Amino acid sequence: MELIFEISTAGRRGFIPPKLDVDSYNLSDEFKRAVPPKLPELTEGDVVRHYTNLSRLNYAVDIGFYPLGSCTMKYNPKLNESAAAFDGFSKIHPYQDENTVQGALELMYNLQEALKIMSGMDAMTLQPAAGAHGEYTGVAVIRAYHEHKKDFERDEMIIPDSAHGTNPATATMNGYKAIEIKSDKNGMVDIDELKKIVNPHTAGIMLTNPNTLGLFDENVLQISKIIHDAGGLLYYDGANFNAIMGKARPGDLGFDVVHFNLHKTFSTPHGMGGPGAGPIGVKKFLESFLPVPTVGKKDEKYFLDYSHKNTIGRVRSFYGNFSVLVRAYAYILTMGGDGLKRASEMAVLNANYLRAKISKTLEVPYDTKPCMHEFVATTEPLLGYGVKALDFVKRMLDYGVHPPTVYFPLIVHEDLMIEPTETESKMTLDKFVEIVEKIAKEAKENPKLLQEAPHITPVRRLDDVRAAKQLILRWK
Amino acid sequence: MEPYIPHTDQDLKEMLETIDVENVESLFSTIPSEKVINSIDLPNGMDEFNVLSKLRKMALTNASADKYAFFIGGGIYNHVIPSAVNQIASRGDFYTAYTPYQAEVSQGTLQSLFEFQTMICEITGMGIANASMYDGASSLAEAVLMASRYTQKYRMLVADTIHPEYIETVKTYVAGPKIEIEKISHDSDGKISLKDLKSKIDDKTSCVVVQYPNFYGVIEDLKSIRGISKDVILIVVSNPISLGILEAPGKLGADVVVGDGQTLGISMNFGGPSFGFFAIREDTKFVRTMPGRIIGETVDVDGKRGFVMTLQAREQHIRREKATSNICSNHALGTLYASIYLSLVGPKGLKEIGELNISKSHYLLKRLEKTGHFVRAFSGEFFNEFVVKTDLDISKMKKVLFKNGIIGPLDLSKANDSMKGHVLFCATESNTSEEIEKLISVLEVM
Repeated sequence: MELIFEISTAGRRGFIPPKLDVDSYNLSDEFKRAVPPKLPELTEGDVVRHYTNLSRLNYAVDIGFYPLGSCTMKYNPKLNESAAAFDGFSKIHPYQDENTVQGALELMYNLQEALKIMSGMDAMTLQPAAGAHGEYTGVAVIRAYHEHKKDFERDEMIIPDSAHGTNPATATMNGYKAIEIKSDKNGMVDIDELKKIVNPHTAGIMLTNPNTLGLFDENVLQISKIIHDAGGLLYYDGANFNAIMGKARPGDLGFDVVHFNLHKTFSTPHGMGGPGAGPIGVKKFLESFLPVPTVGKKDEKYFLDYSHKNTIGRVRSFYGNFSVLVRAYAYILTMGGDGLKRASEMAVLNANYLRAKISKTLEVPYDTKPCMHEFVATTEPLLGYGVKALDFVKRMLDYGVHPPTVYFPLIVHEDLMIEPTETESKMTLDKFVEIVEKIAKEAKENPKLLQEAPHITPVRRLDDVRAAKQLILRWK
Repeated sequence: MEPYIPHTDQDLKEMLETIDVENVESLFSTIPSEKVINSIDLPNGMDEFNVLSKLRKMALTNASADKYAFFIGGGIYNHVIPSAVNQIASRGDFYTAYTPYQAEVSQGTLQSLFEFQTMICEITGMGIANASMYDGASSLAEAVLMASRYTQKYRMLVADTIHPEYIETVKTYVAGPKIEIEKISHDSDGKISLKDLKSKIDDKTSCVVVQYPNFYGVIEDLKSIRGISKDVILIVVSNPISLGILEAPGKLGADVVVGDGQTLGISMNFGGPSFGFFAIREDTKFVRTMPGRIIGETVDVDGKRGFVMTLQAREQHIRREKATSNICSNHALGTLYASIYLSLVGPKGLKEIGELNISKSHYLLKRLEKTGHFVRAFSGEFFNEFVVKTDLDISKMKKVLFKNGIIGPLDLSKANDSMKGHVLFCATESNTSEEIEKLISVLEVM
């Protein structure tokens, strides 16, 4: 498709700004822009058609099944969008006086409370803008806590090899050394190894539970004890919280800090990669370290609370991705406590069902116990036919479904990480299984079909190496 | 049954049989039994009508720009947004898509991001832009980290005319890598003190950070700042909507330009989400230290043009603990709003909007001065906001304005002691002359 710059025609306008109705001010030439930016010149109709046509090149949750592991691509309810678009939510300024935005503050307060209840934590901030941003904030809280205790020796953050990909970089950004710990043969954190690794330098552990193998770490209480005994803290990566709503609370399992991905568990859309929101919750002893402000309530009035005396500061401007928070709160109201629990149950049911069906076609490691909301399968046996996991999933594109996550976690070779979510029906899952069976058959009979896939997408396999070598990062 | 969960009783039965378990509960057997809970202490779910009624009630208690005239800025602004922006960006094939990991079915996302990168380069005058960060403040924090990574120096100079929340965010981010922050003071014109800057730059300095226009609305003299800041990275925080009329920071010597994109077609949203933009000078070594996703052009196996996420070896999912940042989700949807906005307004519209802003704000200042209650605080030229000192009781003034349907200026007294009695007024193309007259008429009788 043509770039928007390639259809630009000098002299066209797509929007006419309001007429000047006050005296015109003449800015001195020394400040003035010499050459105008080369922006497209188009009518409104041209612009609408361009973007509408672009949108048709995308795959999305609104189009079909999107079993991308650890991304929780559940359906994004439309009522959430309606609520976020209310003028009273979208057209308000963060620096208005508190008494003119009581409804917005009330919503944030209620969301904080709901997340506290669900996670078993004592205090919450809604400020972080994404999951990794929440991780960053949570680990910064842990660091501030140790430093507040004049405990400056702790410079190591333990991260299992089955944790989320962002965790090691999060540790580094906070000035920690990322210490990887291997999983044992059951896909759990290796307890003997953990005992060896912990030492007076241990600041904490970042645990994804259930982990990226889709397994709930059964030793979590033991891990908690080992880390706490060593003086470290437990961080809960909540990217996989969709598995345990109404079943377990990180706060009860020994975690000191937890983040949520509202754009995963709480149904807010992923927006082609963002914005999300990554609130974090902490136990009481860490409350004073939270970023400011949080939202408080006193005498039936809501206010921005800047009182956290050991605060790490801010991690962004203003109060968080408010319109994402509106969507998440709308979802919580719609689902209710009962519905949220059912969401986790059906997410786990779907994953186990899909695992049982797919295990007839693909190898599924770690299958001795039930999985949680996702599971990992491998196409390794197909390597003999010259077919890689990448080839396998590219062929899925021809069948009109979005592939699972590939090559992650790193501990299983040629793996597909599959997360169906609760919003998919048995019918959808059965169709997906049929596609997997078909492709597995194709792999053996006609591997070329997979190696050269996809065939019917808007573009076919793209040359990544060329993109990185001959850098073209903008139109000229 | 919840409207988003499709399982019928029959489905359940068949699925449990396939898995070969008796009930759903047994699938949770790996959770330590003493920690299993059986319910969430929240009210039961509600139907759509009641959810929306409840939320509408909450929304109605907020004073929004559809009912009030806004004269407040300070990082978030009430601009006119063409209808087509929201209409197109609300297409589900955009907003319900994930990060474009499967490029073959994400060309809509990837091409729009590639176009966005181009537009950001054009308005900032820079060579390379990434596909977005969270917001202006976190973009700045990441720029500072990048400067230290690149120069291997750990001392930075930051103008005290930068948005205070941006400085606070930077302070948080530099605590890990232990970068020392020193502030540069400002002169009576509201611009940073070149003398102070000169005296503080040394060979340990990684970067100098200034804002253009700055927090007080004043247009900094980037050329002179560049002249003094020779061997350091010059990071400029900018408001992109001002760049239709103001010279591009890239033309004035900036190495990095970051900022918040809210002014480009995104509603105020109580401060978020918008997006952060991040642009650098064209430099193939520099780009490898850049955070965030970058989209590049390439071809497919048939030679057809296409777009992919490129230079991923910098990123957390490949480089793990050695990545340039931990950022994963960004604010791609915000960039779509901005791209549509910039495509609609075009070069001519962006210039006209700049002129409207500057004319309205200068007219507003003139009228405020005439009331006798306001004196301009800084002599430097400004864009669409400015600081005035007032003899009025600020909170009382704001209350009276509110009763008259006006959201008044930002009170700077709270930010710092030297700003006691000062407010930051803002006027954009959305403020009509009627609104300005109304504001003045209320203030005149105070």
